[in-house]
Amino acid sequence: MSSSLSSTEPRGSRPKRFLSPTSIMIYSALLVAAIYYLIPLYVMVMTSLKGMPEIRLGNIFSPPVEVTFQPWATAWNSACTGLYCEGIKVGFFNSMKILVPSVIFSIIIASVNGYALSNWRFKGSELFFTALIFGAFIPYQVMLYPLVIITRQLGIFGTLTGVIVIHTIFGMPILTLLFRNYFVSLPPELFKAARVDGAGFWRIFLQIMLPMSLPIFVVAVILQVTGIWNDFLFGVIFAGTKNFPMTVQLNNIVNSTQGVKEYNVNMAATILTGAVPLLVYFFSGKYFVRGIAAGAVKG
Amino acid sequence: MHSVSIKDLSLNFGSISVLKNLNIEVADGEFLVLLGPSGCGKSTLLNCIAGLLEISDGQIFIKGKNVTWEEPKDRGIGMVFQSYALYPQMTVEKNLSFGLRVAGLPAAEIQKRIAHAAEILQIGPLLQRKPAELSGGQRQRVAIGRALVRDVDVFLFDEPLSNLDAKLRSELRVEIKRLHHKLANTMIYVTHDQIEALTLADRIAVMKGGLIQQLDDPLTIYNKPRNLFVASFIGSPAMNFVKGEIATDNGKPVFKAADLKVSLADYAAQDKLASGHSVIFGFRPEHIAISDQSGPAGRSCEAVVDLDEPMGADSLVWLKVAGKAISVRVDSGRRYQPGEKVFLTFNPAMASLFDAGTENRL
Repeated sequence: MSSSLSSTEPRGSRPKRFLSPTSIMIYSALLVAAIYYLIPLYVMVMTSLKGMPEIRLGNIFSPPVEVTFQPWATAWNSACTGLYCEGIKVGFFNSMKILVPSVIFSIIIASVNGYALSNWRFKGSELFFTALIFGAFIPYQVMLYPLVIITRQLGIFGTLTGVIVIHTIFGMPILTLLFRNYFVSLPPELFKAARVDGAGFWRIFLQIMLPMSLPIFVVAVILQVTGIWNDFLFGVIFAGTKNFPMTVQLNNIVNSTQGVKEYNVNMAATILTGAVPLLVYFFSGKYFVRGIAAGAVKG
Repeated sequence: MHSVSIKDLSLNFGSISVLKNLNIEVADGEFLVLLGPSGCGKSTLLNCIAGLLEISDGQIFIKGKNVTWEEPKDRGIGMVFQSYALYPQMTVEKNLSFGLRVAGLPAAEIQKRIAHAAEILQIGPLLQRKPAELSGGQRQRVAIGRALVRDVDVFLFDEPLSNLDAKLRSELRVEIKRLHHKLANTMIYVTHDQIEALTLADRIAVMKGGLIQQLDDPLTIYNKPRNLFVASFIGSPAMNFVKGEIATDNGKPVFKAADLKVSLADYAAQDKLASGHSVIFGFRPEHIAISDQSGPAGRSCEAVVDLDEPMGADSLVWLKVAGKAISVRVDSGRRYQPGEKVFLTFNPAMASLFDAGTENRL
């Protein structure tokens, strides 16, 4: 009798119920949310794999009876964007040409900014920083026209350089904030020790700070790649017709009004355009989270 | 020649005055400890000496050279930080050599200095490791090594042992003292730990509120604190204080508080003991004798035991005297029971009297 009693008495680790009411609630809520966000993607992929006759039947949720990759090829190679019919690949390469220099320049400048603002405080540096952050809250529309005039005066309006400069400038507030906060979180004594060792501004930055800041650089790259790739406004205004990025080209394909609307081509073009940020999130997920938590990294 | 001398140094952050007109002369090869509670400005002063903080007024001389406007690297100092501040991505060897490589020293010279430092600090086997692979004590040794290889005149320590556990702390404390004997460099050492200060220092500067309260050798600081703050800050267990006044008994000065009366005939500064003066009587727990019989007349009183705290080597007995709780350090051989009646004998020659108004020593 005593042994049967003791077996029901609490002992050791508390038993875990496999499906407690709480976890059922959580998982069902997550499932609903996931389905909600995945349905559009599902419809897009399915539609892009169908031929036009099948699409006209109207069953947007049904999988394709005859799988065809022709819409993808058309979207990439020969879809019409206004006057030209060279597909969205032109936009893809334009976007790359805008993206790579913009990301590199903005991150280099912002990291030096953040380092200077956190470690080399000068008179008025806090004011400077506040002004920079304040810039992030001014609506773009206010600045567009002045920027058009400035870039025109500089002779870079409607060029690749122009749009790269604009992206670099508009990346400054958020990136500087990101880097400054990261560098502030590094132990200040490291900086002091390096100064006693005789290292100057650049040497401390390059040899002490940079090797410790990989996570925040990854976060910055992710932010900038997705932000610049998804940009439409600056591309359409500052890049010039020849350099329209992928987003603008996509809009032109989808909104072109001649003839029949080729839904399958439009869907394929849209997925192609969204693929880059999607892949970035997909492959950097772990780093992204690590970067967000980077404030806790210790030396 | 003075190794470090600080003249009229002031530091303000905006309208807040952090250091107020400090003057310190540190002799060649001296071990000076800056001691005080947190926020007293001791670390700030060290950073000023190192050149890591811009001072508002005054001058700093190191080895007779005015370094007030010099960069930290040109001041001839090496610094050791509380958090070690080792460069995490470099090996121990690279950590040690970083400053030398910056200065552009030839590789052979760098090798020689690292070997020398590694031998002194016994970190030879660790040279190829990264800081993350070292224990706290090893890290701090490397941090000391980084100051050592710079071959400087003055070592600055900013609470170097505060991150270590008690056992390591006492071990490294001895090592730092040994290192000082071996190198005979000037060392300025910031700590809030009075044991470190008392054991290491040639002289201690007790600081509070950006001012130096007392700058003296450890024994003077301990036995003749200049004011009530120094007296209460130094010593563990802390000094006992009883408020009262000076009276005269048979032409001799006595301290009087309620029913407590202690003759001050043996107190050093006889001329300052004016009758009727309101004072604070301070005495250390080890300067009272406890016994079952009444001691010499005029220096003894009766007290009731409140409780006792055995601490191994000795015990601390808490008693009530003149309505105040006081502690007495006794041999741990005997336990005292609460409520027990005992007699205390004071030693006025070792006591301290403070003016109740100014809190300065009489």
